[in-house]
Amino acid sequence: MFIQFFYTLRDRGVPVTPTSFLRLQRALSLGLVTSLDDFYTVARSLLVKSERYFDLYDQVFLHHFRGVELKDPETHELTDIAKALLQEWLKDPAGVAAAFGVDEKKLKKMTPEELIRYFLDRLREQTEAHHGGSRWIGTRGTSPVGHSGTHPEGMRVGGVSRNKSAIKVAMDRRWRDYSQDGPLTQAQMGEALKRLRRLVPAGPRDLVNVDKTIRETLRNAGEIEIVFDRRLTDRLKVILMIDNGGWSMEPYVELVQTLFNYARSQFKDLRTFYFHNSVYDVVWQDAQRFYRPERLDDLALRDPETRLIFLGDASMSPYELMYAGGAIDYTQRSTRPSIDRLKFLASLFRHAVWLNPAPLWEWERVRTIGMIRQVFPMYELTLDGLDAAVRRLAAKN
Amino acid sequence: MKEQEKKTNSFRGAAKYVLDEELAKIVNISIALEMPLLLKGEPGTGKTMLAYAIAESLDLPLITLNVKSSMKLVEALYQYDTLTRLNDSRFGDSKRDVSDIEAYIRMGKIGQSFVADAKTVLLIDEIDKADTDFQDDMLDVLDQMSFDIIEIDKTIKARNRPVVVITSNAKKDLSDPFLGRCNFHHIAFPEPEMMRKIVGVHFPKLSDEMATACLQIFYRLRDIGGVEKKPATRELINWIRALKSDPDFKPAVLARGEVPYLGVLYKKSADLGLAAKAIARLRR
Repeated sequence: MFIQFFYTLRDRGVPVTPTSFLRLQRALSLGLVTSLDDFYTVARSLLVKSERYFDLYDQVFLHHFRGVELKDPETHELTDIAKALLQEWLKDPAGVAAAFGVDEKKLKKMTPEELIRYFLDRLREQTEAHHGGSRWIGTRGTSPVGHSGTHPEGMRVGGVSRNKSAIKVAMDRRWRDYSQDGPLTQAQMGEALKRLRRLVPAGPRDLVNVDKTIRETLRNAGEIEIVFDRRLTDRLKVILMIDNGGWSMEPYVELVQTLFNYARSQFKDLRTFYFHNSVYDVVWQDAQRFYRPERLDDLALRDPETRLIFLGDASMSPYELMYAGGAIDYTQRSTRPSIDRLKFLASLFRHAVWLNPAPLWEWERVRTIGMIRQVFPMYELTLDGLDAAVRRLAAKN
Repeated sequence: MKEQEKKTNSFRGAAKYVLDEELAKIVNISIALEMPLLLKGEPGTGKTMLAYAIAESLDLPLITLNVKSSMKLVEALYQYDTLTRLNDSRFGDSKRDVSDIEAYIRMGKIGQSFVADAKTVLLIDEIDKADTDFQDDMLDVLDQMSFDIIEIDKTIKARNRPVVVITSNAKKDLSDPFLGRCNFHHIAFPEPEMMRKIVGVHFPKLSDEMATACLQIFYRLRDIGGVEKKPATRELINWIRALKSDPDFKPAVLARGEVPYLGVLYKKSADLGLAAKAIARLRR
């Protein structure tokens, strides 16, 4: 029963398992379900294991039992991609036009709204095999762009558009499974990070030290003398700064997500901040980079022994790094160039590294990577790179 | 007799808990299918209270396991009290038999629910605090309804299958095998009408005028962006209690947009500042 319903859920990307479907059958056979309302509730609680999919479940349910037409689930995400394309187009009209195989002049005549619609139509033509769900850390839906067209043309230098036309990235990124094609699996990442932990005894003395107890008991001529120790707890403080803005970080979403999840479960005292391309006067505690800004100067109040880990591709226009007011987000007009802010951070925290998900061979071609490397030691976000970075961070002096 | 049977079989809410129909169905189906019920939702939506309510309405004893981040599964199952045994053997003045290890095995919370004479409700609170190994191993135990005590080579089997309720604040994602074995429900924050009922249960004599005014302000406060910990049901109840206990308080103050005892609603000083600013803005 309801086999078609089950498969529609699957097709729409709700991760339903056969076991849970069998459980549903059992519930039905027990006579616990007497109405469609019952079925809705029971099937959902058995099949859908995260509130993220509740909405999708509702849609499929309505479609199946009420005949409501299913909306194209890609539309929302496609709009985001199209918006990102618009941004790309503002920087590099020729590249985008070439990727679509149309005349640059034709696109140039369109208004931004027309362009978006055009991109959307073209994207939709090629999306049959897509499955949703590439989410950025902490937010729903990929929204790589916050503004459009505040920068003059040709600002982006660092060779990023080389083989990576925006279209290609848009079409490719969901196919790729980073955890499979690279040697960097979750468990390995966890192991690498674990080495960073610094365990020190803390808290009440409630752990029996067996060796000492035996020794003391012997000294005490057989009268038992129990020796207690403090437990080992992790006292390491870590600040993780994540670049979650911009198109250029988009291909690395999954990789960064994995690292982030592991870091979160590994360290007791982990603070995460977000930035776009580079840091200016503030960084954000929320992934939307809107609600909870943290002034960079306030970081000076933190323990200087805190380990600072940057995570970003360090690829931007040199202008964004070197000039006061160079921030890509127009809301963030700082008084000091970003490179000075980075140097400020480097002076605050002596244990700092920059992890770069971009492959090593790309680094030479991007000028800003070179500049940032002079401030922070930079490592590739691979197992080896992570290992080296951890070694650097774990150093006593 | 028939009445009695009905009572133990299905759950329909308790004195201090307002239950929506959907949730009641899910609770009943979990009991019928003998699956643990996993409840997610933001703090203050009554996840923990639900377990209390189930225990109360089914008239079963409640056993609560408060999960801590450093917890090992075995602690939740049983503990071998070596120190007491050592002391007993040293002084020899205890009634326990020192040569019998079993006398020094103490049941943890899960163990207690297994060996209890009657059916119990087992609440495993804030499972997301523990690491994934703990979660997966625990579900094996709950699946089999048995565990081994290695020290005495004995298997403990559940005499009565407890009703298991697990809560999570969604700090971390739970693992797939874990989710696969649970019945899942996400408790959304109550709508104003629902909240009115909840408030009514706690303050039966509260006037409509006052309740409406309080709720209106409460939901407006929840809309303030950037707050780290939004006020939830618990805060609302406490706030109304504070207002009621103040002899000088008059509901008309609320209508003017004043919010006395703001500190009851916001526990963090940064949030309090934000809220105070937002209220000042609204009043203008």
